[in-house]
Amino acid sequence: MAEYNFLVVEDSPTMRQLISFSLKRIRGAKIIEAGNGVEALKKLSENKFNLILADINMPLMDGLKLLSIVRKDPNYSHVPVIIVSTEGTETDKEKGMKLGANAYLPKPIQTSDLLRTVKTLLKIED
Amino acid sequence: MEKPEIVTDLFKKTREFLEIFKKGEEFTQDLLKENERLRYKIVQLEEEAKAVKKGLQGSPVSELQEVLRQLQEEKRALLDRFKEVEAENKDFAAKYVEVEEENNNLANLYVASYQLHSTLDFKEVLRILQEIVINLVGADRFAIMVLDEVTNELTAVLTEGMDEKRMRKIKVGEGIIGDVARTGESYIEPDAEGFKPAHDLDPVVCIPLKIKERIIGVLAIFSLLEQKSKKLSRVDYELFSMLAGHAATAIFSSKLYSVSERKLSTIQSFIDLLSGKS
Repeated sequence: MAEYNFLVVEDSPTMRQLISFSLKRIRGAKIIEAGNGVEALKKLSENKFNLILADINMPLMDGLKLLSIVRKDPNYSHVPVIIVSTEGTETDKEKGMKLGANAYLPKPIQTSDLLRTVKTLLKIED
Repeated sequence: MEKPEIVTDLFKKTREFLEIFKKGEEFTQDLLKENERLRYKIVQLEEEAKAVKKGLQGSPVSELQEVLRQLQEEKRALLDRFKEVEAENKDFAAKYVEVEEENNNLANLYVASYQLHSTLDFKEVLRILQEIVINLVGADRFAIMVLDEVTNELTAVLTEGMDEKRMRKIKVGEGIIGDVARTGESYIEPDAEGFKPAHDLDPVVCIPLKIKERIIGVLAIFSLLEQKSKKLSRVDYELFSMLAGHAATAIFSSKLYSVSERKLSTIQSFIDLLSGKS
């Protein structure tokens, strides 16, 4: 069975739990959580991830900064990144996509949308 | 001399007439012969046709015709079944969407209630409630107000996206918010999209926070996030009804806990004082 390592970067414990809870529905999913960008960078250096989900507004280091660092890292430049945010305008979306995000999900997220996006990016068949 | 010429001429014409008559007779004879030949041919062909028809019965051609008829019937039955399966498929797809939506609702409700009851710290409960209302409901501006049973007034203990000073105290029964605190009935603006508040503190949604019939406060939402398209879904209503109960219990028990902690600390100090411990 294929294994998928997900890194969920979100400062809200409620959202972290909801995203992790949803991702557990994917077979072989292993989820590691981080509360901000700095914590996420530490986790990225310790583990290998197949996909990263990050919020934008976070303390210490926001999701966009994290995204730009990740895209410069040869180990993670190709790894799909999904941005999850309450900022739902087209400008916010464009900003995230320009920095190299693969998808943008505005909050409140629908777990079905999240799963569909993850499965599409990782080419996981139902 | 004149007479024999006339006779000669008459003879000549008679001969010519006889010749024409002969030719006509010959032609008629020919026609009769042809007619006879053709009649014979028709009879012959009719007999041949009968023989062919008779010969076809039980031949491979008729067997194939029968197989073709059966296959056509089978095709019709299969097409009918295909239509049935297609309808069933559509039904399953609709059910799948429904189950997915239900899953989504359950996940939201599970996480919200889990988080709300994960602490007994009043401030932490408010923070979690704030997270739930922003992240799961998609509210942009809202306030959580707690009821003071002595003064019968609602006071904001948390505001998001608005100036806390603007949230003055509201008497029970005053305006929409006060009315929700009085009746214990949720208020949900029917036309959230075209909502224009008549008064400063008119909410889009106002939910009473209540434990059984006891109202301890309200959650008033004044605007929703842009991407929410001002539309409230079924999960929002479920969340509202869940929040009404769980948030009230969490707020109430955390307040009770902090009061009992304070009392315990005071009693402990008295005991220490009486027992001579410093």
